[in-house]
Amino acid sequence: MNFLGLIGRVMLTFLATAGRLGIFTVNSVSHCLRPPFFIRHIGSQMINIGYYSLPVVGLTALFTGAVLALQIYEGGSRFNAESAVAGIVVIGFVRELGPVLGGLMVAGRVSAAMAAEIGTMRVTEQIDALTTLATDPFKYLIAPRLIAATLMLPCLVLVADVIGVAGGFILSTDKLGFNPGAYLKTTVDYLEYDDVMSSLVKAGVFGFIIALMGCYHGYHSRGGAQGVGVATTNAVVSASILILMSNYVVTELFFSQ
Amino acid sequence: MTGTSTQRMPKISLRGVKKRFGPKVVLDGVDLDVDDGESMVIIGGSGTGKSVLIKCILGILTPDEGSIKVGGVEATRLRGKERQAFLEKFGMLFQGAALFDSLPVWENVCFGLLAEKRIRRKEARDLAVEILRQVGLEADVANLSPAELSGGMQKRVGLARAIAAKPEIIFFDEPTTGLDPIMADVINSLIVDCVQDLGSTTITITHDMASVRKIADKVGMLYKGKMIWTGPKSEIDSSGNEYVDQFIHGRAEGPIHMDILKL
Repeated sequence: MNFLGLIGRVMLTFLATAGRLGIFTVNSVSHCLRPPFFIRHIGSQMINIGYYSLPVVGLTALFTGAVLALQIYEGGSRFNAESAVAGIVVIGFVRELGPVLGGLMVAGRVSAAMAAEIGTMRVTEQIDALTTLATDPFKYLIAPRLIAATLMLPCLVLVADVIGVAGGFILSTDKLGFNPGAYLKTTVDYLEYDDVMSSLVKAGVFGFIIALMGCYHGYHSRGGAQGVGVATTNAVVSASILILMSNYVVTELFFSQ
Repeated sequence: MTGTSTQRMPKISLRGVKKRFGPKVVLDGVDLDVDDGESMVIIGGSGTGKSVLIKCILGILTPDEGSIKVGGVEATRLRGKERQAFLEKFGMLFQGAALFDSLPVWENVCFGLLAEKRIRRKEARDLAVEILRQVGLEADVANLSPAELSGGMQKRVGLARAIAAKPEIIFFDEPTTGLDPIMADVINSLIVDCVQDLGSTTITITHDMASVRKIADKVGMLYKGKMIWTGPKSEIDSSGNEYVDQFIHGRAEGPIHMDILKL
């Protein structure tokens, strides 16, 4: 009996959370589409999310691209497929590693920061103060972050794709003895329009998820410093899980025959 | 309870307002009238629902039952632009000042005016300096961050923000909590001066009897979610209500029992 009660409580909590998140998402998106827009805030968020994430995303991409090339070379040498390094690096990085690793790194940096900032505003009554100043918190706090993250993640991932492929190129030509011209030609020959498009679409979806989770958990945080800490953790964990889940969905939409 | 029969419509009128959080009943049928230009002070112990009451009036919280009318308009049903126009009538000083950390003092003061695009940024800065002077702060404070201010200065900036748009109604949530007696009196005097200048209707929530005696035209006491007494300030010492007597004299013995675990 208690076991059934436990299942029921878990189910009800899940449904309540899903409903609250659904309403929050609809409300947020509607504010993203309706004027007025706080252009200064959107600009500052774009710089914060895009520009200041460049070092972490760039370094991650550079070393992952190099490691990918090395692993494929070592693994491929078992069946004389070393020449496939350039093609596999570009496809693997542009289709998967660029958007997913970029998304996860930005989730750790940006989603946590958004949850902490908005959560602190919640527990110190700054969000209530916004309301009393006739300013909708969704319009002022949530919409600029959602718009900025959805626009900036594709830019970041595009840069990550280029740096990742460059990492593979540097390692292959410097350490593994590949001919630079041949490597670049193979890279360009293998890359298709759909690969780049799927990368950018994934990045846009991940950007939306990162901002949504950061804002949602921050906006609903309760109970002082501990509540803000919990919100921050939940934002990063839920954003990361949703990124991996949506990655599968977008991949299926683009590439399943 | 003092009953007054007036023909005038009250500026703020609450009838049967109820609010609960889970099993905990916070407001249990609150009735309250505040006339235009009147300074109402609500007293009551911690956790009696004073802050919840003003948050219900502002629409930050939605009451479970009851009617809240402001200027004759039912506030609980307002949505969208109507609600935004409704909120433009209000200013509020929060207990912890609730200044925006990410903005300098002058942008905090003129936030409402800038957000509604009623003035340009240059004008807003000049106006902020002028309003800061009204609350006893120098012009150089305008460029500081809220984190660089003392508690008393933060309250004064919060007061400046509350009055910047010249609102019809101002709420003060525990304006003197956490301040020394002298700074508390400074804040009380500023509140009286600002409100007299603007002619605003105000509701103040406080435990501080010095604030009550300085600010109030009318006083109400909230206990266990009900408004158990309202009357003019001059009658508070002779209210005949034992709950009010115990509260204003700060006695541990009386009908109000604090839930304290005795060791």
